[in-house]
Amino acid sequence: MPTMTLAKALNAGLRRALEADPKVLLAGEDIGKLGGVFRITEHLQRDFGPDRVIDSPLAESGILGTAIGLALRGYRPVVEIQFDGFVYPAYDQIVSQLSRFYFRSHGRLKMPVVVRIPYGGGIGAIEHHSESPEAYFAHTPGLKVVTCSNPVDGYWMMQQAIASNNPIIFFEPKRRYHEKGEVDTEAEPMPLFQARVVKPGDDLTLITYGPMVRTCVEAAIAAGEEGHDIEVVDLRSLSPLDMATVTESVTKTGRAIVVHEAAMTLGMGAEIAARLQQDCFYSLQAPVLRVTGYDIPYPPSRVESSFLPDLDRVLDAVDRSMAF
Amino acid sequence: MSEPAVDDFVQLLTPDGERVQHPEFDFAGSDDEIAGYLREMVLARRFDSEATALQRKGELGLWPPALGQEAAQVGSVNATRLPDHVFPSYREHAVALHLGVDPVEMLGTFRGTAMVPWDTAAMGLHLYSFVIGTQTLHATGYAMGLQRDGLVGNPEPADNGAVIVYFGDGATSQGDVNEAFIFAASYTAPVVFFCQNNQYAISEPIALQSKIPLYRRASGFGFPGVRVDGNDVLAVQAVTASAMQRARRGEGPTLVEAYTYRMGAHTTSDDPTKYRSRDETDAWRARDPISRVQTYLLSAGAIDQAWLDALDAESEELAVRVREGCLALREPKLEEFFEHTVIDPGEVLLEQRDEYLEYEAGFADEGEPVPSETHERVQEAL
Ligand SMILES: Cc1ncc(C[n+]2csc(CCOP(=O)(O)OP(=O)(O)O)c2C)c(N)n1
Repeated sequence: MPTMTLAKALNAGLRRALEADPKVLLAGEDIGKLGGVFRITEHLQRDFGPDRVIDSPLAESGILGTAIGLALRGYRPVVEIQFDGFVYPAYDQIVSQLSRFYFRSHGRLKMPVVVRIPYGGGIGAIEHHSESPEAYFAHTPGLKVVTCSNPVDGYWMMQQAIASNNPIIFFEPKRRYHEKGEVDTEAEPMPLFQARVVKPGDDLTLITYGPMVRTCVEAAIAAGEEGHDIEVVDLRSLSPLDMATVTESVTKTGRAIVVHEAAMTLGMGAEIAARLQQDCFYSLQAPVLRVTGYDIPYPPSRVESSFLPDLDRVLDAVDRSMAF
Repeated sequence: MSEPAVDDFVQLLTPDGERVQHPEFDFAGSDDEIAGYLREMVLARRFDSEATALQRKGELGLWPPALGQEAAQVGSVNATRLPDHVFPSYREHAVALHLGVDPVEMLGTFRGTAMVPWDTAAMGLHLYSFVIGTQTLHATGYAMGLQRDGLVGNPEPADNGAVIVYFGDGATSQGDVNEAFIFAASYTAPVVFFCQNNQYAISEPIALQSKIPLYRRASGFGFPGVRVDGNDVLAVQAVTASAMQRARRGEGPTLVEAYTYRMGAHTTSDDPTKYRSRDETDAWRARDPISRVQTYLLSAGAIDQAWLDALDAESEELAVRVREGCLALREPKLEEFFEHTVIDPGEVLLEQRDEYLEYEAGFADEGEPVPSETHERVQEAL
């Protein structure tokens, strides 16, 4: 089995999608000749040509709007937003147009468009380069929102997202781009919109996704040394939520903590906590806790380690939940 | 390389340091003023190279070099004075220095100790903008404000003000920039759109953004556009001054395209060898914005070697101050940023801040590090 970084796995997934279907197109700023600022599309323009791997003018609304037009014409565009903080010029096209054509056409118009967004912090960047805007999109009916946390998912989820006829916002945890893993390119992948139990445990469930999955697994292992048996669930899909997997886990453990980098208020944690108190009320032995970024814009990089949930903050919440 | 025919841009000082005439534009300043520009350009370049070096040593997260664009910046900002207001993008370091921004303080943004630290009202310089093109609309709105304040079109020129906004060639593709052109034209707003066409938006050449010379876009919006040799500080000053005066008189916006070249990388994260040739960069090196001014001033007898040596010493002093100052920049604390997220934050945010402070206080003695075998076990689980 080949070992590859998340970045390479995404690249390999894109390559396979381009090979599998001539209607697949990539577009975005600097994705062609340069291969993208993170090199996720490296060599793809060289190998598939500039008609299929398109360097876009510097205009995100234009990138999304033309992707919609290409999709109307039978293409399957996969567009790259260079950094999380630059998706907002395209927000109108995504929220008012891309997400609604299916609805507005009474189900006749499908929008097989994938919007790739490197997201999250922890890379020492300047402002607008470390954001976690997933809740804006998960809040929007008509969109699917997924995020990978490791190379296997990067490889398979990308291909599945491209093969789907839904508009999908695909969040890539940029600080995990260079982490490696073995990728079985022949295996049968798990379904795209399904959560995964990364590490089983009986005492408490950490529910997380994207860049925080590794952090939570580290916390679970560290908590294990203190005698707490923690289960970690990687949501993978933020919309739709695979609540069956989450509920099953929390019904078993009776304790849940949601961990994400995005701000707390009205984030994914709010939705999951609301659902858990509804679906597992009688199993809960402690209130559902959230460990998240604070409700402030992403701060300068010298204080980002205080802003971001880390091992210690997760363990602190584990202690509070266990002590309840 | 796409070099414009000479009659296609305004040039008053050739790359060989010869002053030439232009039918419409003239630089009326003295050689002393030109020497002042040279000094600003040299200091800006030294600051820039020091910042690049600091990034290489890991002291800055990122640096966007202005190398090669000194004439475009120094020439244009020297066409402003209060109550003008300046809206930069993120590469206008020479502009910021001219307006009095402390270079050490500026590095805070790139070191990650600060957001944008300067006092915008005191400097007449708005915050750096990192979202491409957005500031063109803010500049236009600010100009509409000057208009409503009665600071435009007064008989006494000193009573009038205007706005200049900086953006790149890539930015001209953004909807915001095009909307700014529309608003400025509709309201005859006193704003100068100063586009530094440095030929690239990261890896993307200007040909991808525009099939016609950028300055010609202005006519479609109903206002004049001028292309100036962006490596000629005299021409840039003259053209920008004329556009600013026009705006101050109440005659509306102008698009100035400063045709220049980004000699360095887009930022320190970028590798320009992936998308442009050495030959191209070498050809532009021959059109350096600084050397031609130096050649001219030396031949005119306005400066001499001793003057240049003194400037050299001043540059080195600046570099030392920047280097030492950068390392001594105050480390902020996260709680400070809760203070200016919003006016009257409300209970939820204040509670979060207090929880954070309480949590931090619990760390008086350092938390234990992750046990070493954890890494492998994490790897297995993932
Ligand atoms: C809305 C938005 N999209 C993308 C980016 C990422 N980005 C930063 S600089 C840049 C290129 C800018 O090119 P140009 O406008 O020509 O200015 P230059 O950097 O060459 O001065 C891009 C795409 C951004 N900052 N903002």
